Amino acid sequence: MNIQSCVEVRNEWDIVKARQSGRNIAKELGFGTVDQARITTAISELARNIYLYAGNGEVAIERVENGGKLGLKIEASDSGPGIKDIRKVMEDGFTTSGGLGAGLPGVKRLMDEFTIDSKENEGTIITSIKWLR
Amino acid sequence: MRIPILKLNQYLLITIQVDLDDKTALQFQEDLLEKIHETGAKGVVIDLTSVDMIDSFIAKVLGDVVRMSNLMGAKVVLTGIQPAVAITLIDLGIMMKNVPTALDLEQGLEKLQQELGG
Repeated sequence: MNIQSCVEVRNEWDIVKARQSGRNIAKELGFGTVDQARITTAISELARNIYLYAGNGEVAIERVENGGKLGLKIEASDSGPGIKDIRKVMEDGFTTSGGLGAGLPGVKRLMDEFTIDSKENEGTIITSIKWLR
Repeated sequence: MRIPILKLNQYLLITIQVDLDDKTALQFQEDLLEKIHETGAKGVVIDLTSVDMIDSFIAKVLGDVVRMSNLMGAKVVLTGIQPAVAITLIDLGIMMKNVPTALDLEQGLEKLQQELGG
């Protein structure tokens, strides 16, 4: 069984689309209500970051397996300006958009694995996994 | 998309039943303040029973609309926040400080009645 989806993010509506498709996949994989909410929220934060900072990009969601463990992987990628100071964006309360500054450190807490790969003026790829318990 | 705002005596009641996108959330903020102005409502209950996800943007919009309404002289109570939503908000690091809440619509109305003294 190969469960996956990829949502292009170009406007606010696509943020809703990305999180709905994330919720569907999470449900299908057997995640409980709380983890479904965590995954959906993480997707929403990542998709909004793409929309706010890069203008457009995509959110890919897929099922992953590792040594018998089943999980859901989110990959949010864009070719935007990149993140200048990754340490800074991982601080709680840091924001350049007037938001709450909860986004990326929040996503890290909501999910089990979290990596940022970003190059200035080239783009950003954020990969995050939630394992099924 | 517009979120309906109902008037009941001196209160406004809103129950959010859609998956909120950013524009709808901001439109709702404006609509609610207009409605408070138009009706002179003293209290507002925003019921979130059917909301299965609140991210940092929607949390900010909700927190802001509570403070904006307070500035105008109306009290707002958020009701029906689901367990999964409460857990996710705290995970995100969003405490919704100084935002009045109640378990359900009934208790929300009671809370407003107490605060407004009758």
